[in-house]
Amino acid sequence: MMDAHAPSPTPTVKTHRDGDKVTATFAGSWTVSTADAAERAVAALDKALGGRGTGAADIVFDLSGVFMADTAGAWIIHRERARAEFTGHRVELTDASPRVEFLLEEIEAHIPRMLDRPRQPYAIVRTFNSVGKTTVEVGHDLLALLSMLGVFGWRLATLFTHFRRLRLTSVLANFDRSCRGAVPIVMLMSFLVGLIVAQQGGFYLSSFGATIFVVDMSGILILRELGVLLAAILVAGRSGSAFTAEIGAMRMREEVDALTTLGLDPVEVLVVPRLMALMLAMPILAFLSDIAAIVGAMLISWSSLGISPDVFLNRLNEVVTPLEFWIGIAKAPFMALIIGLVGCSEGMKVGGSSESLGRQTTSSVVKAIFLVIVVDGLFAIFFAAVGI
Amino acid sequence: MEETGPDGKMTVHPVPAHHGIVAEGGTNGGERRRLVEPSDEHIIEVRDLEVRFGSFSVFKNLNLDVRRGEILGFVGGSGQGKSVLMRTILELVPKYSGTIRLFDKDVDDLTAPQRSRLNRRYGVLFQMGALFSSLTVKENIQVPMKEQGGTMSKKLMDELALMKIDMVGLAREAADKLPSELSGGMIKRAGLARALALDPDLLFVDEPTSGLDPIGAANFDDLIARLRDTLGLTVYMVTHDLDSLWNVCDRVAVLADRRVIVNGPVQDLVDYDHPWVQEYFRGVRGGRFAGVQ
Repeated sequence: MMDAHAPSPTPTVKTHRDGDKVTATFAGSWTVSTADAAERAVAALDKALGGRGTGAADIVFDLSGVFMADTAGAWIIHRERARAEFTGHRVELTDASPRVEFLLEEIEAHIPRMLDRPRQPYAIVRTFNSVGKTTVEVGHDLLALLSMLGVFGWRLATLFTHFRRLRLTSVLANFDRSCRGAVPIVMLMSFLVGLIVAQQGGFYLSSFGATIFVVDMSGILILRELGVLLAAILVAGRSGSAFTAEIGAMRMREEVDALTTLGLDPVEVLVVPRLMALMLAMPILAFLSDIAAIVGAMLISWSSLGISPDVFLNRLNEVVTPLEFWIGIAKAPFMALIIGLVGCSEGMKVGGSSESLGRQTTSSVVKAIFLVIVVDGLFAIFFAAVGI
Repeated sequence: MEETGPDGKMTVHPVPAHHGIVAEGGTNGGERRRLVEPSDEHIIEVRDLEVRFGSFSVFKNLNLDVRRGEILGFVGGSGQGKSVLMRTILELVPKYSGTIRLFDKDVDDLTAPQRSRLNRRYGVLFQMGALFSSLTVKENIQVPMKEQGGTMSKKLMDELALMKIDMVGLAREAADKLPSELSGGMIKRAGLARALALDPDLLFVDEPTSGLDPIGAANFDDLIARLRDTLGLTVYMVTHDLDSLWNVCDRVAVLADRRVIVNGPVQDLVDYDHPWVQEYFRGVRGGRFAGVQ
């Protein structure tokens, strides 16, 4: 029995010209693994035969030496015959083994049809086209986000009259995952950032002899901005991406469609509990992040700036009002809302392929972090305007 | 159709009697020459196989032979482990004991290059097609060509991929579509085209006709039979489909009680004395075929 896959001698074509009659002797193994050499061999034959108008010849393809072949090799032989016939030669195949003959017959029944390439529109038209499409998509994105927000608001508003419709188990499970799991990493990161801020600030303030002001600076910066922002960025990377992946995978496996046919609103079942959980989790994480960052600042002030912890805390008590703290914490639920909404709506956009899951998860994290910073900026403008 | 090939070796393959009986099922025309006649050479040889999940053994003392050039239908009740056996032979599920020989080589004794050569000699059509979802049909077919074939020119790969697409009965337009844009039947055909990309000698198919309408299923059966005849494939087909068993399978193996209890031409199995086999071939559905017989 022939073995089309064992290591094998290279395919060759030898041409022998006798007046008008050309004999091309094919030999070797013509398979997928030797296709490269086979193509080169027939290209050489092509050259030997000459192009169109070099005078028609009778060509005999002597296939007796082809001891192995598969569809790839047979296709190359077939293609060469077709090319030679197209340039006006008469081609005859002889001494093909039954297998090669079989394959050639099979190939002739399945010659691929060439398709006309659709005409590309002009570059300018394409540009306008894609700009228009993107604009419409952004509009749809916004609408989807708004619709989700609407459902969420409605659920929240009717929380007390329809308490049963709240999926408490789901809320708690999501809360557990997005809050408790995030505590160590959020606190570690905030601790380090608090440390760095105080160390850098203290270094410059001490050259003015105003070292003690490092407490004012780090206290206000951390409580108003850094604590909540760091927590939000981490949550966007952690929970936002998880929401997208979870909901996206459910969409790929038609679970979301199953919910719809069961008369359940996917937004209510999947999105609302996640948003609630995240909005509960974020203030707690922001609070813990504040503590860790302050501790970091306090430690570095003690060790490198010579401000002892009780002096640090006293000063903190004097200059930082609870208002600063509440301003920071008040932003947390809004950040959570944005991260959750972006994460869930990106998840809902996942299509059939695993590639789209990856794409939406990436865009979920990028969008969420971007929006978190934008919203933080808006809050800063707002607080400046109202004078607090 | 020719009686003999140029060397006189080729003969018309006598069409088994059961082919004619259910001709509506879709075997078009019936008579077809076969490139490879079923021979006694064993392409797959499984001996004393035991597979365990935890302490539960799925198979025990399982023996199975697949001969060159035949379509072996593999049946068994749900949960008996038909797919597990296929996956064990493909080394996707580890075995506990026993030997598996593919192409006369013990799969345990292979070196890495031998293994990759062996991989190229079989193609697998998974139950759900298992097409790579981010690649078009054509690119899916070219994956094995790129990874395991020689260095082929882009043009040749395109031509070959399109030819395979035509061979499995897909429309030319399907070549540039993504798997998510295909129907269930088209996904199976595309998966088959990918399995055939390197011209394997052995083809594993897992429930090829499940989820297809009867016409589509009959066409698919016919396609597999045609590939066996024209490309000389040996086919290991896991199936539930009684039509497939009667129409295209040369032999049928039955998996029950953790081993292959019997194998042979489907006509012979009808009278085999085992409750499951009797239920299967003589029940409401199976009885139709047995009755005709």
